[in-house]
Amino acid sequence: MRMPRRTFIKLASASAGALAFAGLGQSLAPTVARAAELKIAKAKVTPSVCCFCAVGCGLLVYTDTQTGRSINIEGDPDHPTNEGTLCPKGASIWQTTERSKRVTKVLYRAPGAAAWEEKSWDWALPRIARKIKETRDATFELTNDKGQTVNRTRGIASVGSAAVDNEEGWLMQAMMRALGLVYIESHARI
Amino acid sequence: MGALAESYGRGAMTNHWIDLKNSDVILIMGSNAAENHPISFKWVTRAQERGATLIHVDPRFTRTSAKADIHAHIRSGTDIAFFGGLIRYIMENDLFFRQYVVDYTNASYIVGADYGFADGLFTGFDAEKGTYNTKKWAFAADENGMTLKDPTLNDPRCVFQLMKAHYARYDRKTVSDVTGISEEQLSTLWSAFASTGKPDRAGTILYAMGQCQHTVGVQNIRALSMIQLLLGNIGIAGGGVNALRGESNVQGTTDISLLCDNLSGYLPTPKASWATFDDYVKGTTPVDKDPKSANWWSNRGKYLASYMKSVYPTASHQDGYLWHPKVDDGKITDYSWLQIFERMSKGGFKGAFVWGQNPCAGGANAGKNRKAMETLDWMVVVNLFENESSLFWKGPGVDPAKVKTEVFFLPACMSVEKGGSIANSGRWLQWREPGPKPMGDSRSDGDIVLDLYDEIRKLYREEKGAFPEPVLALDTDYRTDGKYDHHKVAKTLNGKFLTDVTIGDKTYKAGQQVPGFAMLQADGSTTSGCWIFTGCYTDAGNMMARRDRTQTPEQAAIGLFPNWSYAWPANRRILYNRAAVDMTGKPFDPKRAVIAWNGEKWVGDVPDGGWKPGEKLPFIMIREGRGQLFGPGRVDGPFPEHYEPFESPLESHPFSKQRVNPTALAFSHEPKAVRDKRYPFICTTYRVTEQWQSGTMTRNTGWLKEMQPEGFCEISRELAKELGIANGDAVVLESLRGKVQVVAIVTPRLKPFKVMGEVMHEVGIPWQFGWGQHVGKGDSANLLSPSVGDPNTGIPETKVFMVNLRKA
Repeated sequence: MRMPRRTFIKLASASAGALAFAGLGQSLAPTVARAAELKIAKAKVTPSVCCFCAVGCGLLVYTDTQTGRSINIEGDPDHPTNEGTLCPKGASIWQTTERSKRVTKVLYRAPGAAAWEEKSWDWALPRIARKIKETRDATFELTNDKGQTVNRTRGIASVGSAAVDNEEGWLMQAMMRALGLVYIESHARI
Repeated sequence: MGALAESYGRGAMTNHWIDLKNSDVILIMGSNAAENHPISFKWVTRAQERGATLIHVDPRFTRTSAKADIHAHIRSGTDIAFFGGLIRYIMENDLFFRQYVVDYTNASYIVGADYGFADGLFTGFDAEKGTYNTKKWAFAADENGMTLKDPTLNDPRCVFQLMKAHYARYDRKTVSDVTGISEEQLSTLWSAFASTGKPDRAGTILYAMGQCQHTVGVQNIRALSMIQLLLGNIGIAGGGVNALRGESNVQGTTDISLLCDNLSGYLPTPKASWATFDDYVKGTTPVDKDPKSANWWSNRGKYLASYMKSVYPTASHQDGYLWHPKVDDGKITDYSWLQIFERMSKGGFKGAFVWGQNPCAGGANAGKNRKAMETLDWMVVVNLFENESSLFWKGPGVDPAKVKTEVFFLPACMSVEKGGSIANSGRWLQWREPGPKPMGDSRSDGDIVLDLYDEIRKLYREEKGAFPEPVLALDTDYRTDGKYDHHKVAKTLNGKFLTDVTIGDKTYKAGQQVPGFAMLQADGSTTSGCWIFTGCYTDAGNMMARRDRTQTPEQAAIGLFPNWSYAWPANRRILYNRAAVDMTGKPFDPKRAVIAWNGEKWVGDVPDGGWKPGEKLPFIMIREGRGQLFGPGRVDGPFPEHYEPFESPLESHPFSKQRVNPTALAFSHEPKAVRDKRYPFICTTYRVTEQWQSGTMTRNTGWLKEMQPEGFCEISRELAKELGIANGDAVVLESLRGKVQVVAIVTPRLKPFKVMGEVMHEVGIPWQFGWGQHVGKGDSANLLSPSVGDPNTGIPETKVFMVNLRKA
């Protein structure tokens, strides 16, 4: 018989807790069960997939609806491949997400500069777009040296990324190819 | 992936993770699955609990070896010698699955008179260009264009006999001399794996970068793929060639093609000589006369037309094709990774994007890549963290004042903060729902692409510029309430009808989602961003988001889980499964049936083509419908042949006079260490379980950094004694390209080899560390590795090169 997952978690933690703490002389089972409940009571739970290797382990992400931050990420017990388990990297995803050295501002390094400057998206995107247009317009080839139509730029290269979603990666390649890039590579090649 | 497509038709892992449990013999070679795909080992262990034998062949004893029944140390770069010996062993001892080999492989095909092989070279070699004329390897055909065959397999010019002759040189003694594996152990290994050539035995081969990252990478995988065909292990439960893909979405981003050689769904990149849509279709659509061959690529035009309509819906598919950039005819590897950095180092690019990647630590010859970036006018980095690439302008030995490059760092959000699909190694398209909000100013890659593209298009609208048509016409209508909407793109990947289309007795209305790729059209009346995904998001809903564990008894018997997520193509869980049944639809192994014909319909998995039993041959993506033992489509030969790595302790080898792959991607101005006294030790690279790829994410995650804080070098006890190195000493590794200082780990996990009568030492170093933001605290192993690569794919040879090792 298959129990609904949450019933299973509640029962498992209650009974495991009761056994583990039996030596203390009093049953802590109700407290433990409440703690298990609390972990998810005010959180939004969303399924995700691990971002590291291509086993593709299922994750459950618990997000505090008030702060918008995740409070716990664990293996999805229903997922047929990982059955709730995770490797050290997968089990650390919460820390990678919430307590790591993430860059969360747009940074800019001017020619010759020795340090980054923080910038806004509104500053950076038009400037990048200008660079792309200048380079593309200056290097665009309608034909190759045999006179065949090629409609491309060889002035810009793009590498990455096998870490993006299919939808994002597809848009990325569509943008690159609309601009005429032919030097497009990523992780599959190394 | 180039090898799997050549052998079976599709560049993908044939089976899926759970299916490993169904195997009787598991050969892991060129992979440390226990540490690098840790959860895969749950299923390897389940197989072992059922009594399966686990074999691990690797230069190092790893945690995978610790769980194996048999482990053999192999000298890096000698896999083809090992596999060639196994092929010979299987053929000479009559251990192959004859019915399968005759019915489902090209063993019986007669090869044309122009094919030949001598002294390590196939016919058709052009020494000046370093290329083969592959037309010399064509099959012989009758006057109607049908390939000549000899189902008795006795004709001396049939594939089977040519293969037997080719591998006659791979005797046990020679293989032992080259690989460093003892003759006795070779016999044990070969006999264990060859035992799966019976209908009721299943053997699988698992590999990863240990096979790919060689100048013979594709031929390594061709060799093991041929073994699986000989033994009848393809299409069956517990069988297959299971390519353990690395990055979480490396399969998916190959499918949708963030690569130079294909467009989405494995459509070859348009080249200059295919000027028009019709030229492309003519040039890329195979023709076959055998009524039993499905020849699925005969549908090529439908997929290209649907792709063009999904990118440029306001243009005709013919115009969309005309706009599309084209590569020059010739080697596609001219556009690949190593060539990008070669060209960049010579000032060939003004600008570059680096999305979630780290060429200055993860790329071969990382020192060259670092210098190359200094030639750029601008670079856009999209990542979650700083790494050696985003900071190349202030790395070790670099004076920032002298680096002119303008660098933009755009902060991407974390995977759990966004929604969309990724393809796991077993081709399951799995769906993510967004959890927390993107942290700080970070944005999803989807938002970054759309927001940047708006700015680019604005400039082209306002100012015009070079060839603006495709820039203006690209469909970017993928937002909802001003934000990137992953559902909208997913629906485009699936595709829809643009006009009312009648197929058979059913009419589909304009705007309806296309239910399956068989309904895609060549006339511009359908869209599909990636035809192999069609079926993933239909009018019935988002199939990728399914979380239903229910299975029929047949499906449950082998753990197919067909209602969980969506597997491309067509939700098929085991590829080539028509090869798991005979011509009457009866499973070769009824206990582990993948599909079976019950007299009226197929039960079990989605069959690889719905035709009745025996109507069509099982390898539907191969022009002639049969698995290819003889593979005439690769640029470096139809049969795998042993060549030494570009850097090697040997000047020659006993199989032929040809030392290295004569077609490999290499730059003649970069010297190589061949039996060079200055660099006497073989070096290989690998990963540890606590770090991820070049370490960008995991070196910045405290728990993981604490467990694996810095780079090291594993050294055998024997070599350490010779060099006076103790466990924990600081040591320096040097190659012709660079040097790196790490901590010595003296261990019995590595052992000296006896190769061609000489004792040879191999050392190992993980490539996941780097200077990060702390100049002077160690650096990347890839400073040592060379810029040489496979001629088919361009994948660099980072798994074997020569170094010196000394105490710091």
